Amino acid sequence: MASKDPHLLLQSAPMLRQGLTTPQAMRDVLYALTPIVLAALWFFGLGALLLLLVSVAGAVLTEWVFTPPERRREALADNSAALTGLLLALTLPPALPLWMAFLGAVVAVGLGKVIWGGLGGNLFNPALVGRAFLLGTFPIAMTTWVSPVGPDGFFDLSSSLFALPFHAPAYDAVSSATPLGLMKFQQQGTDISRLLIGNTSGSLGETSGLLLVLGGLYLWLRRDLDWRIPAGIFAAAGLFSLILFLVDGSRFPNPFFTLFSGGLLLGAIYMATDPVTSPVTPRGAWIFGLGIGLLAVLIRMFGGFPEGMMYAILLMNAATPLIDRYTQPRVFGRKERSR
Amino acid sequence: MSPLRLFRRSFSHGVHPEGLKEQTADRPIQRVPFVESYVMPLGQHIGVPAKPLVRVGQRLVRGEPIAEAGAFVSTWLHSPVTGRVRDIGPHRYIDGSFKPAIEIEADPYATQQLEQRLPPAWDSLDAAQFIQEIQRAGIVGMGGAAFPAHVKYSIPEGQQIHDLLVNGAECEPFLTNDHRLMMERPDALLRGIEILMVQLGAERAAIGVEANKPDAIEVLRSRIDDGSPVEVVALPVKYPQGAEKMLIKAIYDREVPAGQLPRDLGIAVNNVGTLVAIADRFDRGMPLIERVVTVSGPGVTYPANLIVPLGTPVREVLRFCGGLREETREVVMGGPMMGAPIASLDVPVLKGSSGILAFTEQETRRPKEYPCIRCGRCLEACPYFLNPSRLARLGKARLFQEMKEFQVMDCVECGACTFACPSSIPIVQLIRTAKDNLRHLR
Repeated sequence: MASKDPHLLLQSAPMLRQGLTTPQAMRDVLYALTPIVLAALWFFGLGALLLLLVSVAGAVLTEWVFTPPERRREALADNSAALTGLLLALTLPPALPLWMAFLGAVVAVGLGKVIWGGLGGNLFNPALVGRAFLLGTFPIAMTTWVSPVGPDGFFDLSSSLFALPFHAPAYDAVSSATPLGLMKFQQQGTDISRLLIGNTSGSLGETSGLLLVLGGLYLWLRRDLDWRIPAGIFAAAGLFSLILFLVDGSRFPNPFFTLFSGGLLLGAIYMATDPVTSPVTPRGAWIFGLGIGLLAVLIRMFGGFPEGMMYAILLMNAATPLIDRYTQPRVFGRKERSR
Repeated sequence: MSPLRLFRRSFSHGVHPEGLKEQTADRPIQRVPFVESYVMPLGQHIGVPAKPLVRVGQRLVRGEPIAEAGAFVSTWLHSPVTGRVRDIGPHRYIDGSFKPAIEIEADPYATQQLEQRLPPAWDSLDAAQFIQEIQRAGIVGMGGAAFPAHVKYSIPEGQQIHDLLVNGAECEPFLTNDHRLMMERPDALLRGIEILMVQLGAERAAIGVEANKPDAIEVLRSRIDDGSPVEVVALPVKYPQGAEKMLIKAIYDREVPAGQLPRDLGIAVNNVGTLVAIADRFDRGMPLIERVVTVSGPGVTYPANLIVPLGTPVREVLRFCGGLREETREVVMGGPMMGAPIASLDVPVLKGSSGILAFTEQETRRPKEYPCIRCGRCLEACPYFLNPSRLARLGKARLFQEMKEFQVMDCVECGACTFACPSSIPIVQLIRTAKDNLRHLR
């Protein structure tokens, strides 16, 4: 034999891979959220930045503490903990005490993800687990909203942000109801243009409809998101809302208001589409989306809280394993589905 | 049928890997010179290994039979060169194991003329004689599986073949051997189609070619008269279009039921190379002793399409192509999606070797594996509509029986799921493990 074989690997086929990796997909979501984060800073000032940082830090720290030392680097490298912290912060009121945000992030990653076995194992959306915990534990702080301060008040920090743990926060900013609160408790609408731009009170990341949709388009173009889920949510929420509006236009808002107010866009585009907690099958994705849209409107219109997106998503998260099971595609060349 | 509809025909799901065929698509087929020694494994086709007909030391003429079929699902072997039997014994096979093989030493002074033994005229043969003739010519499916062709042509009582489907899809990236055959030997291909249509009693034939080979489509169409029962169908480029049942779905929009064969629907599927081999057998008297191989990939110095005598060591084929580049890390036999890596360059080219591909660090570097995030990309890739995500999860837990309930045995191991997975989970490898275990548990 003339030459020695080079040191040949024996990795089995397929040799080729499409380019996308899971950490990249997570990073894409972070990119898509960047304009929304900037908008949050624009509208709600430095306080928003502090909340975001504290929440991300809480999430990453929790992941780090609960991961065995030898797996820590890779567990953090997939960017999923940072994403959970960021998503949680975007659902929080702008003047929430920082320690609550931190605690929420700890619960989000600890109870929402780590105890399920880490990335890919959890049943519920971790960020929403954290938010549900906060809403149940601190209902007043979680429903105290302030008006957007705009760039002029960028450095005006609400003293409530720095409330000591387990002390009642003092609010010095002007509190103001969210568009959903105005609608529910005062039957007062909000201009659609303000809902699109985002200069209304509300959670950090939910106010600017335009930017939320833009980020969604980016994710859709990058094929990081199952479009069926937001499509199902919009269809169900829009249609149900239209029916209610036609029945009693004085009590119920029009469908545009339903779609662009509150956390519907943020939830539909960035939370419900979390692949881990949504169905894998295409038909399942439709059922999941339609279910969220219906539940969200139902809770909004008839529940005690003005917003219902969080519970709608968490409830449909719970139904996901069952949906997956009953929507298995029909196997090629067979009559029956696989199970 | 409108031309638009013609172009859109395909199967559902699948993936779109880059074609990567530019390196060799325009390279005419060249003949590899004869080398010093050849290795013919007795079991290089699916089924029972062949039985040797020769002794050590015996002189052979190129094309002379050296082993006969060991059973019905088995086929003959012929000497790829004029020379002498050096050894009959275990030799390194492509999967790394040792398998019985006949080693032949070429006679450096021989003219390498083919043994002149023309078979009977094909149109004088009845079905049974034709099948026997195909088996004695050692012809197997040339697409890669190497299933003895005559078995496919044995149509059970009460069944009738209506359609001959010619597989020219060549959906594996890099490979261009079928492309070049269609370009350079269209008449032999059409001759093979004619022979097989008459022998099987098929009324029509369709040649399925992916649209990334417009020159081949044009060449074939220019050779087919109006009113001919042979049609060339351009297919959208998609992997795994060349999988038999996917191609049937694409062309006839019919699903072959699980556990059944194309012939149960009256369809016979044959690779382009198989039909050329049939034509060569009846027109030139040549049994299956050589095949077209695409040698390509970033690790090959001079990529090429080559006629390689069977049994030629891969090392010699690569030497003809200028050798491997320094950076080569892996050599694969077959296509990049379904081929098998080889550990030694001493293994021979076989009847089923469609390609020899060399990959460098860049293609062999595997991204780190992440947990499954249930993104569903594998479900949208699987042409069989399986749930690879679930199968991989079960596979990691070694829950093989549960995998069986999820129809793991229907998987054709095309690897589309693994190609699509952003978490780099070795899905198809887990599935192969499960299928192996399930087969041996029975």
